Amino acid sequence: MTYFIAFAIIALLAVVVVQIGKLSELASRIRGEEAVEKSSNTTQGMALIVFMVVFLGASVISAWYYKDYMLGYGPLTSASAHGFELDHIFNVTLFFTGIVFILTHILLFWYSYKYRNIGGRKALFFAHDTKLEMVWTVIPAIVMTYLVANGLIAWNSIFPTLTEEDKYLEIEATGYQFAWDIRYPGLDGKLGNKDFRLIDLASNSLGIDWRDEASADDIILGGTDKIILPKDSTIKVRITAKDVLHNFYLPHFRVKMDAVPGLPTSFIFTPVLTTQEFRQQLSKYPQWQEPVDPADPNGPKKWETFEYELACAELCGKGHYSMRRVVEVVTREEFDTWLAGQKPFYGANIRGTEADPWAGKKVFSYEKKARASELRSDINTFIADTTGTASNAFPLKFVNFDEKGILLSEVAGAELDVLAEIVKQKPSMKISVTVTAANAEEAQAKAEQVGVYLSSKGVTAQVTGVASENQSADSKAANKVEVKIISK
Amino acid sequence: MANVTVHEEDVLIKDNGFDDHFHEHHHGDKYQSSFIFHYIFSMDHKIIARQFLITGMIWAIIGAAMSVVFRLQLGFPEESLTWIKPFLGKWIVVDPTTGIGKLAPEFYYALVTMHGTIIVFFVLTAGLSGTFSNLLIPLQLGARDMASPFMNMLSYWFFFLAGIIMFYSLFLSTGPFSGGWVAYPPLSALPQASSGSGTGMTLWLVSLTFFVVSVLLGGINYITTVLNLRTKGMSLWRMPLTIWAFFVTAILGLLSFPVLVSGFFMLIFDRSLGTSFFLSDIFIAGQALDRVGGSPILYQHLFWFLGHPEVYIIILPAMGIVSEVLSVHSRKPVFGYRAMVYSIMAIGFLSFIVWAHHMFMSGVNPFISNFFVVFTLIIAVPSAVKVFNWITTLYGGNLRLNTPMLFAIGFVSMFISGGLTGIFLGNSAIDIQLHDTYFVVAHFHIVMGVAAFFGMFAGVYHWYPKMYGRFMNETLGKIHFWGTIITAYAIFWPMHYLGMAGVPRRYYSFDTFDAFRHFTEMNKFITVFAIIAFFIQLVFVINFFYSIWYGKKMKTKNPWQATTLEWTTPIEPIHGNWPGKLPVVHRWAYDYNKDDREYVQQHVPLNEGEVGDH
Repeated sequence: MTYFIAFAIIALLAVVVVQIGKLSELASRIRGEEAVEKSSNTTQGMALIVFMVVFLGASVISAWYYKDYMLGYGPLTSASAHGFELDHIFNVTLFFTGIVFILTHILLFWYSYKYRNIGGRKALFFAHDTKLEMVWTVIPAIVMTYLVANGLIAWNSIFPTLTEEDKYLEIEATGYQFAWDIRYPGLDGKLGNKDFRLIDLASNSLGIDWRDEASADDIILGGTDKIILPKDSTIKVRITAKDVLHNFYLPHFRVKMDAVPGLPTSFIFTPVLTTQEFRQQLSKYPQWQEPVDPADPNGPKKWETFEYELACAELCGKGHYSMRRVVEVVTREEFDTWLAGQKPFYGANIRGTEADPWAGKKVFSYEKKARASELRSDINTFIADTTGTASNAFPLKFVNFDEKGILLSEVAGAELDVLAEIVKQKPSMKISVTVTAANAEEAQAKAEQVGVYLSSKGVTAQVTGVASENQSADSKAANKVEVKIISK
Repeated sequence: MANVTVHEEDVLIKDNGFDDHFHEHHHGDKYQSSFIFHYIFSMDHKIIARQFLITGMIWAIIGAAMSVVFRLQLGFPEESLTWIKPFLGKWIVVDPTTGIGKLAPEFYYALVTMHGTIIVFFVLTAGLSGTFSNLLIPLQLGARDMASPFMNMLSYWFFFLAGIIMFYSLFLSTGPFSGGWVAYPPLSALPQASSGSGTGMTLWLVSLTFFVVSVLLGGINYITTVLNLRTKGMSLWRMPLTIWAFFVTAILGLLSFPVLVSGFFMLIFDRSLGTSFFLSDIFIAGQALDRVGGSPILYQHLFWFLGHPEVYIIILPAMGIVSEVLSVHSRKPVFGYRAMVYSIMAIGFLSFIVWAHHMFMSGVNPFISNFFVVFTLIIAVPSAVKVFNWITTLYGGNLRLNTPMLFAIGFVSMFISGGLTGIFLGNSAIDIQLHDTYFVVAHFHIVMGVAAFFGMFAGVYHWYPKMYGRFMNETLGKIHFWGTIITAYAIFWPMHYLGMAGVPRRYYSFDTFDAFRHFTEMNKFITVFAIIAFFIQLVFVINFFYSIWYGKKMKTKNPWQATTLEWTTPIEPIHGNWPGKLPVVHRWAYDYNKDDREYVQQHVPLNEGEVGDH
């Protein structure tokens, strides 16, 4: 029924339209076509003038009304260093195009009105005028040259070539349907290699190549964690995609670059306002002082909940509109603290699993650091203990041997060096090292190697080799190395 | 002697005309004898022009209706769309508890994609260039028909076939293609990336390949006809600007569309034969694909090598039509005829070396962008020349402000508004922020969407008497014009502000982001005007079809007192266009008010001491 009514209304409108047409033709036949045409010319000419006034007026007024959303005006100024330059060029262009827009529209509509045919006048024969044409070829050319020069200078400064000496933080953003993964380089400042063939959604969703040592301390943000960036630091975002094209778009920072599968791109920018500072800036504007929830006037105000955002700006499928990630800019100190508190993905998820290519072969500097401080605090706890409940045995995790049974001194050093350092500081301390291996001979040989290493660091230890009770245990489990403190 | 009478005109052609013995042969007649060959499989350029126009109009209605549906989603995301479920079926997802029906995101993207594809290719390329090149090239040049009427017929039927395939794809259960009209791989190459990238994309590619065949068949014909079939005296510098525009348009199409097809073929290979032209390092749907070494950016280069000339393929015919209409209804020669021709050529040439300005943010080397910025902004110069020349054409004229003239004036306004925003986008530094935002949507809709439609409307209202022997209704035409210009600006002007605020295009919903969700009221405003604009266009459609049978009859051969040759043909169109001899041309196309005569047609011989060219 609804459809019938809708159809009937449309049909009725069509009839009305046809009748208007018929009526107007009848009217013009009665009044004489020429007279009708001339009076119509005047009506239409006036209408064009009215339209021009309303249109130009509306364009200026609407620009004023929405000025807070325009580039370089109002509260939403650029949050990055290069953005100011860009906003400036935008406004220079707006100035020149604005003049042309208004002048040409005035001429177009004014001439249309002024030269309407009302009879009694002959049109000019004005076919060309070389001087005039030169003027309006040369002037746009000069203005364009100015705009192009400005634009290109800015453009080339936005895409500098960074060298090793430049200090910058390189992070990586990987787009996929329909979210972003963010990776930080960790202590070494380098992002490890990755390869899409290594992607395993359960354990390695980015396909990071753990054989690359640089990847061992890389930090991968959790799915909805804020992207934390340091203020006033050069940031190079390496932008990649896993499946289809995406676009890394930070509207507040004037940053935009496609994420292309198979072709890493990058964008370099410097945030100049922390999230807090940006909020302070917003708080000066009345529209940002309104409460977020109109029903709750005492709740948080709009400026208090402002966040920088990361969006996708290249159509990537049905969830394209939802790839949001919050970005937070903090001071460099806050950033360093935050970064230090992040656990490398490798250490937390890969170390010691089957996927770990470095098991027993290498200890990474951050792991050495962590293990050293762990061992140091364990031993110190024992030393400080007066109740006698603390164990005097400390299993060593990194003291390993290669296939031929030779001590991997580089790896073992992580713990043995700490041990040596503590013992040297306390000359009264005596220690013993026990190595458990498949048979007594092998165990003894390995234990002696540990002894040799320690003595090279200037520490003497009793070393003992013990045959493993469980003969069938694999050699890894059998290679148990334990240090005991015999006397404090 | 203010007017050359109809009688004298015939005498002139009879006495001075060029005899090609056309009517002594009857080669055309067998194709004109039955209804099927006269109206359907016609080889007559005037019929083919009308076929292109009406097919284009049907596609325009479909494309515009799609935009209304997705605008409803953007303007009124909270409202239930259950009422269109009978038409859209499963694409309206009804929440079982609340009963609120929503457009499925997949279908939103399918609508956006189809809207773009249909309007750009089927309406503004085939419907605009196809219609007016076919109608005007033989008539304004004094030719009996196109160089190859048979190819011309094929051109239409390939377009028709392309249309049928695209139309069919709308009804697939997985939906039509939904990866944007530019169809960037890998999204368009991998069915697992999007439901529309399966059969929908296959049909999209097949349809557009046929479409390109149509464009090429048409284009070769237009070029050959312009070069070879001009009547005696019609030197290149005497051709009306319409013909210049169609000529350069055809060359652009001929040089750029094959590049698009090569891209399409590589895409088809990547989709079906396992090649990796555009694919590399892809992990999708839980699987690493065995495709390495390709580059998605290569496709973008191939696409935009057509894509940019394509926007000039759309706008140049409109420019030609507007130049002609402004001149005729101002009763003045078009100002700076030669400058206009040179600027058409300059724009045509430059359009081939600016394609990567669509790709500043695609990951191409930023250094390369320098060149594309320079070339892009050079285009502003010939464009500015054209605008100033159009305005000067009005100066000192005797303007008839009828519907075609109003649309031509509206075109100039749109071209200024939309062209100026191009200066922002062509400058790569500003483009960083504006790329793929609503600013771009506003820019290209105004400069090549609305403006091209205005050119097309100006042409339809102006040459309607030539096509159907009757006039379209003036009052309805004016309602159409005012309704369209007001709603078009109301729709697209606010989008500039959305874009400056950073709102990206192709977003199904703005609610996910704090930065983009401030504009609820503006989006409602735009949607309301989009709906009004759609219904205003129905006024045009009704006027068009009503006038075919009931419009005011054309009583004289040359109702606009124009100078060009199409107005010397009989009111009742005939095969071969002129009975007897072909007219011979003695002067350029713009002798309005040169001396005491109000206008002098091109076939009128020169008086003593008179100059025929300017």
